[in-house]
Amino acid sequence: MEHIVIIGNGISGVTLARHIRKLSDKKITIISAETDYFFSRTALMYVYMGHMKFEHTQPYENWFWKKNRIELRKAYVEQIDTDNKALQFANGETLNYDKLIIATGSKPNKFGWPGQDLNGVMGMYHKQDLENLEKHAPNNEVCKRAVIVGGGLIGIELAEMLNSRNIPVTFLVRESSFWNGVLPEGESQMINRHIKNHHIDLRLSTNLKEIKSDEHGKVKSVVIEETGEEIPCTVVGLTAGVSPNIDFIKSSKIETDRGVKVNRYLETNIPDVYAIGDCAEQHEAIGNRRPIEAVWYTGRMMGETLAQTICGNRIAYKPGHWFNSAKFLDIEYQTYGWVFGERGRPDYETHFHWKHDDDTKCITVAYNKNTNEFLGINTFGIRMRHETFNRWLTEKRTVDYVMKHLSEANFDPEFYTHFEKDILNAYNNQLQTVTS
Amino acid sequence: MSNKLNPSMSLAKPDAQDLSLKQKVAVGMGVIGLFILVLALFNLDLPNKATFLTISLSLITIGTIIYANDAYLTKLKGIKNDGVWFKSISSRGTLGWITGLVLTSFYVVLYFYEGLLGAGSDGAENTGLIALFDPLSKLLSGRPASQWFVYGTLYTVAILAFGYKFILKYRHNRYEQIRTISVMFFQLAFAFLIPEFMFVMNSDLPYYDLKNVWPLNYYNFEQYRVDAFINGGTIGMAMLIFGILSIFVITPILTFKYGKRWYCSWVCGCGGLAETAGDSFRHLSDKSQSAWKIERWVIHSVLVFVVLMTTAVIYTYLGYDPNKYWLTRDIFLFSVAGFLTLVFALTMIFKRQELGKDAKYGAIGYFVIIIALIGIHVFSSETKLFLFKAETLRSTYGFLIGAIFSGVIGTGFYPIFGNRVWCRFGCPMAAILGFQQRMFSRFRITTNGGQCISCGNCSTYCEMGIDVRAYAQKGENIVRSSCVGCGICSAVCPRGVLKLENDSMKGRINPTEVLLGNDVDLIDLVNQK
Repeated sequence: MEHIVIIGNGISGVTLARHIRKLSDKKITIISAETDYFFSRTALMYVYMGHMKFEHTQPYENWFWKKNRIELRKAYVEQIDTDNKALQFANGETLNYDKLIIATGSKPNKFGWPGQDLNGVMGMYHKQDLENLEKHAPNNEVCKRAVIVGGGLIGIELAEMLNSRNIPVTFLVRESSFWNGVLPEGESQMINRHIKNHHIDLRLSTNLKEIKSDEHGKVKSVVIEETGEEIPCTVVGLTAGVSPNIDFIKSSKIETDRGVKVNRYLETNIPDVYAIGDCAEQHEAIGNRRPIEAVWYTGRMMGETLAQTICGNRIAYKPGHWFNSAKFLDIEYQTYGWVFGERGRPDYETHFHWKHDDDTKCITVAYNKNTNEFLGINTFGIRMRHETFNRWLTEKRTVDYVMKHLSEANFDPEFYTHFEKDILNAYNNQLQTVTS
Repeated sequence: MSNKLNPSMSLAKPDAQDLSLKQKVAVGMGVIGLFILVLALFNLDLPNKATFLTISLSLITIGTIIYANDAYLTKLKGIKNDGVWFKSISSRGTLGWITGLVLTSFYVVLYFYEGLLGAGSDGAENTGLIALFDPLSKLLSGRPASQWFVYGTLYTVAILAFGYKFILKYRHNRYEQIRTISVMFFQLAFAFLIPEFMFVMNSDLPYYDLKNVWPLNYYNFEQYRVDAFINGGTIGMAMLIFGILSIFVITPILTFKYGKRWYCSWVCGCGGLAETAGDSFRHLSDKSQSAWKIERWVIHSVLVFVVLMTTAVIYTYLGYDPNKYWLTRDIFLFSVAGFLTLVFALTMIFKRQELGKDAKYGAIGYFVIIIALIGIHVFSSETKLFLFKAETLRSTYGFLIGAIFSGVIGTGFYPIFGNRVWCRFGCPMAAILGFQQRMFSRFRITTNGGQCISCGNCSTYCEMGIDVRAYAQKGENIVRSSCVGCGICSAVCPRGVLKLENDSMKGRINPTEVLLGNDVDLIDLVNQK
């Protein structure tokens, strides 16, 4: 029986394993050094916040794996010997495979800041990071202040986590406005204000110079690059993005760059070795996507796709329309299609932006100013239907059509106030101003 | 048992979840209010009962209001579950267990030792706790209080005070607010005030909480009630007819249109208490698949039990002679059997493909009842029915299900098993509504394409123990008989994945393998085989 070995028990590897099991009888082994069982990484924050216990983040009960004959092995892979199709574990044991899938995800970025390895400096990605945070920031008496470096999705989640335990947070963001590499200006500014409303000390256009140590090798303070200000703190969260977690592969014959290089079929340069999820790097980006996509949904879709290839139906990874979601403290965010911030916005893309007076809801609709084709939508504080936008994108609807039919896409709970009329009025007024 | 991922080694208290000064004062007020009740319970003769009762209930209510204001209005709108698993009361800690024991003992006393509460027997005056409530009862209906009046009052106060708290907690969510106003209204008007006023108008009519539908009020068609209804003139007959229409006409129509939520989380008193006072315990329900298995067996057994019991009870007081009254024992038994056969046949003909394994349970329940009905017919004598006396069946049901299950376990164990134990495992009304919701209703919880991140908030906060995530992460709608439509899964979802909806029956159940957002060809290949 063919032995499929998957390194990494995250969403990519587990989705792959489940789908292989549905399609075949192959022997499946999943290896992880992080946890015994698959858990939802995106839910780690809720464990620290006390919304859930760690076991609640595990989507499958523990009997599931045995029942589906998916073998789980807690071990750390040190080397991959592709010539002999063998894995070497840190504890000296080895394991042979017929097909190998690398699904090792990401690790937090560190940019060589002085003091970045001190006690009390941490990312927020692995389960171990959570344990570390629990140790260094159990409450606001042990942790007088935390400084977060890097204004992305994980940064704001870490801020929310610490905030839930009333730990004062200083949030250093390199950009002039939160996440404005991705978000258009209006949205980004709204989130800035929302962060401040939560009493988080948001510092924009601010870089970290160094992290200072006390006499025990623990974090004592951080120094700001621009002003030289020293901020005393107990914990430093490094959340300046993530990069593929592939150091152990560098010594093998598998081609890597920033990630494990794969073609459209998710195959590496070595036969029978594949890579999926955060750690895979496409030779050429697909559409507007980046070559490395560290997104939950991408990992899952790659798993769904590769299962077909491994079970004899070789198909390319061809993701559909882009979508994503996040939550910024109390404000939910969804996106369908492409809406670019200032950075990388194509010439033909233009925006319609609407914001509610309460400053917690807004949408941005992107369209092609030459053809009026609808390109994508960002929505904050209003839930929208994935299916509807997916269809409109496929049908290449015009922006006028989308604005007129926006209520069909509404996904807010029943009895919620609807804003489609206000939005349409604002949209029509804008057009009048443009023409007059 | 520590709920912490990794217990802190620091000397400082790890839980930064201390109550604010205002909250402490509020808790203090509530405790004093309860303490007055305890004093009365121990027969301390309070001089001016009306005043003390007012003080006590006011302190409890105002304490809860102040607490809620400070806990929620000082923060921005949004999900307020910080520290739920760290707090002793809501994570089966010491406070949780103590609360559970106190509630459980209260129910035991209430159901079986009402004398301890001070109920005066044989016309004697009430004493103790019940006497404290005499002034209010006399004000409303002119008669002295009973233990049920005490219970009803406290129940209503709990739903109103904690309903207010719930509304503040979810003040960003209009579905939750409107739903809560609805349960508060139905409790105050239908369960508490209207029956008292009806007593004033016509004291011969039995107590009837009009929103309580058979089989939840399993006693509704017992002889003494039916006699009272029939002798109660037009109003009495109207009540009897309403009782029958409730279960056979009104309930199916509303459940078809809106799912069982119209009752369970908008109207029902049990649901009302669970959603308000019980809200802090919703995450304690067991989400395992084995719990679901037990749930299906237990709740449907209760349903079989109540159908049999009611049939037997009605059977015994009907006559043989069709000339005296058209509804004879034989006609009654045959119509019950005929109705059940009809339901069973329709389900098998139209819904066969949706049934799978569960069909067996339905079939078993159906056959048990039919066989028992035949047994009743063949083996019963004037007083004995089948093998048991109808009275034995009735009192056993009343004891096991009516008292122990719905009261002692159902509510007493809120802080241990979660707030919907009764609704999930025991309520025969929920079983009927759930059966219909699964088979024939426009209601579902829609999953928003491929947006689920498997975080588990929905499953954790599902009071009915449904593993919502198991469906959502497959892009599949949630159509489950036990879902009471409280809407909390949708509220706590951080990615806007879940929406309670009434839509057409077609495509309501939509199993998928590959989720929306992936390669269209792959979706077609895998999902449409």
